[in-house]
Amino acid sequence: MTVLDASALRDLESRHAHLLHRSFRQRFGGLMMLCGILLYCLYSAWFFDLPKLVAEGHWERLGIYLRQWISYDVQPVFRIGSDGTIATRYPRFNPLGDDPHPDWVSTNPDGSVTVQVSGSKTVHVARKQVDVTAYGVTTPVRLEGENAKVDGPLPGWMTAYEDTISVDLGFAGDVSISGDQVKVRKRFLGWPNFIFDTQSPFFDKPAGEVLRLIISGERLDKSQSNLSLAFENFWNNSAWQHGDIWVKLFQTIVMAFLGTLLGAVFAFPAAFLAARNMTSSHLVNQAMKRFFDFLRSVDMLIWALFLTRAFGPGPLAGSGAIFLTEWGTLGKLYAEGLENIDNKPREGIQSTGASTVLTHRYGVMPQVMPVIVGQTLYQWESNVRGATIIGAVGAGGIGLKLWEAMRTNANWANVCYMVLLILIVVFLFDMASSALRSRLIGDRSR
Amino acid sequence: MSLQSKADTASTVAIVDAWEKLAARRRFYTILGLAILFAAFVASVRFADDSNAGHFFDRLPHLFDFLSWLIPKDWNDVWRALLGIASPNDQGGEEHNFTVGRVPLWGGFYIPNYIELMIVTINIALISTLVGFVVAVPLSFFAARNLAPSNPLRILVKRLMEFLRAFPEIVIAGLFSAVLSIGPAAAIIAITLHTIGAVGKLFFEVIENIDMKPDEGMTAVGGNWLERVRFGSLPQVLPNFTSYALLRLEINVRASTIIGAVGGGGIGEALKLSISRGFGAKTMALVLLLFVTIVVVDQVSAALRRRLVGEAAFVPVH
Repeated sequence: MTVLDASALRDLESRHAHLLHRSFRQRFGGLMMLCGILLYCLYSAWFFDLPKLVAEGHWERLGIYLRQWISYDVQPVFRIGSDGTIATRYPRFNPLGDDPHPDWVSTNPDGSVTVQVSGSKTVHVARKQVDVTAYGVTTPVRLEGENAKVDGPLPGWMTAYEDTISVDLGFAGDVSISGDQVKVRKRFLGWPNFIFDTQSPFFDKPAGEVLRLIISGERLDKSQSNLSLAFENFWNNSAWQHGDIWVKLFQTIVMAFLGTLLGAVFAFPAAFLAARNMTSSHLVNQAMKRFFDFLRSVDMLIWALFLTRAFGPGPLAGSGAIFLTEWGTLGKLYAEGLENIDNKPREGIQSTGASTVLTHRYGVMPQVMPVIVGQTLYQWESNVRGATIIGAVGAGGIGLKLWEAMRTNANWANVCYMVLLILIVVFLFDMASSALRSRLIGDRSR
Repeated sequence: MSLQSKADTASTVAIVDAWEKLAARRRFYTILGLAILFAAFVASVRFADDSNAGHFFDRLPHLFDFLSWLIPKDWNDVWRALLGIASPNDQGGEEHNFTVGRVPLWGGFYIPNYIELMIVTINIALISTLVGFVVAVPLSFFAARNLAPSNPLRILVKRLMEFLRAFPEIVIAGLFSAVLSIGPAAAIIAITLHTIGAVGKLFFEVIENIDMKPDEGMTAVGGNWLERVRFGSLPQVLPNFTSYALLRLEINVRASTIIGAVGGGGIGEALKLSISRGFGAKTMALVLLLFVTIVVVDQVSAALRRRLVGEAAFVPVH
């Protein structure tokens, strides 16, 4: 191993000065950029007041809402009358139907009621006292007139308010006890009544029974067969609105399809005008290119808002917005494709005396067709995603439905259902578009 | 005629026949494909028209009526709306209250309402692109086939990115606006998560195409994974990464406008309000502002990308 002495070092230094003496920008550029980014982050945190927002955020809601994506609850109310009787009421439109007698609520011989919230968590409601058993402890709650009281220290999962006691039983549910009534919320995993709602004659029947009814059962409704009744009940399910959601989803797909197709049809001839090797007038090229930029830059949102105002809310507005944006985007991409072609096939065909149309057909089209097909399919795919979002401003499709379901903060299971459908559609379209791409243009696609 | 040339003629005829058959079949498939496309198109138009609130041909004559309100009565109102200057047409309504929402700086200087809203929208896009970029860079190294430290982790990260990319942004925005109250914070989270998925995919594709020699060099001198990534691959991919991030910034400015329109704050909300109320001057001002901003962002980003990676920056990506 050679050891560098001072003169060798100096020699090296003089030979590779540009590597060893770097400019200020080269030495500190990266660091300064990092500092700039950090400063910008600080500025944004101040600008949006992020620390305060995060600290004041209702983070417990996140857990509650996410829980509601995949679960539902039933909330019986036990009202204790002045004569000591305990009346059980279920809220209207609860997922168990109008007159439920679930097996987790049992009335004892002495008139008291026992609610099994989960395996080891029970609530026993008697006239003067409610016993809550959870986490291996039984805590008696005394009911005194208007108030509910606990003697001794409260366990951590109980909170005492002025006249009510609230009990948090985790995922299983919660209980709120006041002087004359006990509200229990019992949580179940899953989506309730996904196929038939509580109004349907098929409600709460086991699958085998429903199948038997559909295939060979007596007509439940004299005017139609059981199969069509079952389908109608499913399609118009009041809690899940399958029919409405599926139609809206289909609108979204149609919006993307129409917009992209029309955009491609209009962009194709326009791109020939914009490409400088196809149309020799510089003025026309530039005018067309600026027109494309204009269509793209006005942006899908603005077009959607305008067209919603012009045509009324619905998929027509959405298709129009996608069409106008796509005309610009595809026009630009096609024009770039045209400008990048090899000129030799064209010259060859021109030299045989072919007309302009034939020259384009045999000299240009074979070269740009893969670009055109590939780009159009990519745009179609990404528009399926985009159409969901612009739908939320009223341009038709599932977006608005999704937004409305979210705004009430009450129907997260429906949101989950729609999101799942959207995810499935997006993945299917991804697959379909890459399959089509490889069929039509071979493996040249990315 | 000799026997030889007869055989030649026969084989030529066979070749021509075969070619014509092939051409006819291809033509048939092309025409069939176009026919299916056309049928789908007609069906889609009818479906869209039927399920729309107003029908196309009913509404078409009124399109220009509707455009007429866009023309402000006083063109100077457009500039006044943009710059927050009081209008002489102000009769106390919301149509001409241009001075509302000024952000005072010092003395008589202020930021006009719409400029402030535009800054909010741009800031949403910038900070989400930045945070998304910072998170996506390490994730993409876990997802690249040639550099991933472990295979199950690679699959997991890849799936996570796909999920984030496909998940509708407005759902994330809606969920977080319930947590953080309605405003830009929810939009930032939504766009950031989407950005991680979108640029992450592009990033790991870049990484999978790098030259592995520097990495081998780092391995040979005993570098650990972090050092290999830092000195062997990162210098190769950083220009491309930055270029993609800039491209994403262009998309995110548009996305933050749209999310703003459905309740994320910023200029989108103002625009939606102004269009739905039919405020001509305000709408013109907002469209103008948005248009100019998008053009400027696109141009700046294009210029930066050209400097970073040359003409390769203009390969279209999605």
